[in-house]
Amino acid sequence: MKRIVTLVVQNRSGVLNRVTGLMHKRQFNIESISVGRTEQDGISKMTFVVDVEDHRKLEQLTKQLHKQIDVLKVTDLSEKAIVARELAMIKIVSNASVRSEVQSIIEPFRADVIDISRDSLSVQVTGKPEKIEALIDLLRPYGIKDIARTGLTAFSRGQQPQASELTQFSLLK
Amino acid sequence: MKVETKADARPAVKTGADVLIESLVNQEVDTIFGYPGGAVLPIYDALYRSDAEFQHILTRHEQGAIHAAEGYARVTRRPGVVLATSGPGATNLVTGIADAMMDSLPLVVLTGQVATTVTGTDAFQEADIMGITTPITKHNYQVQSAYEIPRIIKEAFHIASTGRPGPVVVDIPKDISANPCFDTDEAPFHLPGYQPTINPNPLQIKKLCDAVQKAKKPLILTGAGVLHGGGSDVLQDIAEAFQIPVTSTLLGLGAFPGDHELFLGMAGMHGTYTSNMAITECDLLINVGARFDDRLTGNLEHFAKNAVVAHIDIDPAEIGKNVHTHIPIVSDAGAALKEWKRQMKEGPDAHESWLAELHESIKENPLWFNNPPEGMVAQWAVKHIYEATDGDAIVTTDVGQHQMWAAQYFQFKRPDRWVTSGGLGTMGFGFPAAIGCQLAKPDEKVIALVGDGGFQMTLQELSVLQERNLPVKIVILNNQALGMVRQWQEEFYEERYSESLVACQPDFVKLAEAYSIRGVKLETREEFESSIKGLLESDEPVLIDARVIQQENVFPMVPPGRGINDMVGVKPR
Ligand SMILES: Cc1ncc(C[n+]2csc(CCOP(=O)(O)OP(=O)(O)O)c2C)c(N)n1
Repeated sequence: MKRIVTLVVQNRSGVLNRVTGLMHKRQFNIESISVGRTEQDGISKMTFVVDVEDHRKLEQLTKQLHKQIDVLKVTDLSEKAIVARELAMIKIVSNASVRSEVQSIIEPFRADVIDISRDSLSVQVTGKPEKIEALIDLLRPYGIKDIARTGLTAFSRGQQPQASELTQFSLLK
Repeated sequence: MKVETKADARPAVKTGADVLIESLVNQEVDTIFGYPGGAVLPIYDALYRSDAEFQHILTRHEQGAIHAAEGYARVTRRPGVVLATSGPGATNLVTGIADAMMDSLPLVVLTGQVATTVTGTDAFQEADIMGITTPITKHNYQVQSAYEIPRIIKEAFHIASTGRPGPVVVDIPKDISANPCFDTDEAPFHLPGYQPTINPNPLQIKKLCDAVQKAKKPLILTGAGVLHGGGSDVLQDIAEAFQIPVTSTLLGLGAFPGDHELFLGMAGMHGTYTSNMAITECDLLINVGARFDDRLTGNLEHFAKNAVVAHIDIDPAEIGKNVHTHIPIVSDAGAALKEWKRQMKEGPDAHESWLAELHESIKENPLWFNNPPEGMVAQWAVKHIYEATDGDAIVTTDVGQHQMWAAQYFQFKRPDRWVTSGGLGTMGFGFPAAIGCQLAKPDEKVIALVGDGGFQMTLQELSVLQERNLPVKIVILNNQALGMVRQWQEEFYEERYSESLVACQPDFVKLAEAYSIRGVKLETREEFESSIKGLLESDEPVLIDARVIQQENVFPMVPPGRGINDMVGVKPR
């Protein structure tokens, strides 16, 4: 099962290595990582999407992460109502003749064209991973030259619904 | 005069190395195990110039230093301190760091590093010791400026010795230790991400008490957590009050008196039949400070299937990791036992039939070995050493058959006198660990029980015995083989003894004599019996080359992959 786990960490050297090394040693498969600073000085946040076998493994993962001295907080967001986004940039083969066609494809995705050259065009899109996948699929026939994705980042919504309503809010089931 | 020389040599301004030494003094360090080299020259210079009281023990290999520090830590429950140079000095420590991590031993390991000006350039003797030790340390630091040294040292000792103990590496670039240091961070440490749970939730202890009331066949399993938490006395009170039988992991030996009538012996792969059957049949298994390691549990499908499992552990990640736990108690074992004793109700119905069943089983299935008319078997020798010392000794072992025999036949009556490498199973551990024990406990009898294989991995430390005249007694149970490997080849590889019979070996007596240490070869039971007591009572170091029969196996045994209810070699063959 896929889980979104966020870590609040002290921004000391080696902390990313410690965390990913631990996941590697305990055989948790990392699907994506994103790391950034937080509003607090010296504190960073890491968002992991990991693939774990079952709940026992998941509990091991959060406990082991929690044990790390530089890890301040571990949250498994998967069961919560969350806002989760990823950013992707997609460069496709394109000449003048297909530009307007591409424009009409990307519009419903609220994606933007961010770079154009004689034979290529680059698009930027943000959203949930499914949305990004869908756009990539639509653009594939034009010939994809390059893709760069940030990996998912997420936090919980300001207001949490009752437990019974959770499934419909959760991103990864 | 030396004192004046030292004062003269002292620079007007303190260096980072001086600050480091002061920080160690503040932690009341009395012994450092180390080996010098380029990147720690400033630290060794500061050591030379310092008036500090502590002793530096120059081992003959960094691995010797770190195993000695582990032995020191095991018997004192205080962090062992190690100092080594960058690159090869630091990488020579890796085995010991991993060993300490597995067996939860508190260590503060100081390594030199190349100067910050050349870091990352593959400079001479540069090794990424932070990267290398990250998975095998509780925590590690690379000092970024001398200003941080007092805080980092405080944090390192705190992290190493609190919660679940473990090794902490502090990597110190040469320019930082060499350069003047004008200002230091004297602030108390700041570790917002590290707050180990020490005291148990009283409600969980209540659940445990209720379970004890209900249980018909309760069993306590002791692990090293009882030793770290200083919980032995309270444990004994509780076990006696409720008449609960006790078994132990390899590392937990000594947490409960080995000669107590409630003690069933060690459990696990080479545990006693009765201990393993008790685990299989009990209806309440109370694990105090053990981690349900696979050498204890065997195949998990057959482990304690009838039991409600209570698990006291200071490390929440250990609870539920291998064995499903009904009553989790995150706590220091000593604190949890105290709370248990406080809440203890009137004793439940005595478990008379359960105890009778177990005592019957002990009588039916004692540990056994054959005593052939000629020659000596190692089990017999270990038993004799135990009797000759009346069990009053600190015993370290190496890894292999002799280690298991020591665990089986030595009945530790008191805590902190059993020093062995359990989790990592590190050959070469036993002898240097004994040096650390002897330095920590100068008045105790320290015996290193080692195999001829493992001893040859770290025998260079004989030089330390010679130099310091440490009265460690080395007993080589010499079967001219890598015995445990040979045993597995006999049992599971149809006696194909691939590289495990080592007929060629040094003359150990002459080897000892080369270091001006008394060496004795004992080949028969008569020789052994008549001289062992005297040799062990000597106040000098002695090396005993005890020749034992090669074709002996450790029994009983849980074959790999099987449940602990499924032992072989329970009855004499
Ligand atoms: C550093 C290391 N290398 C290899 C092993 C694998 N090993 C486990 S027991 C053993 C044999 C030990 O032989 P010896 O020291 O003579 O002791 P014995 O088993 O004969 O008592 C070996 C090679 C190990 N545990 N540690």
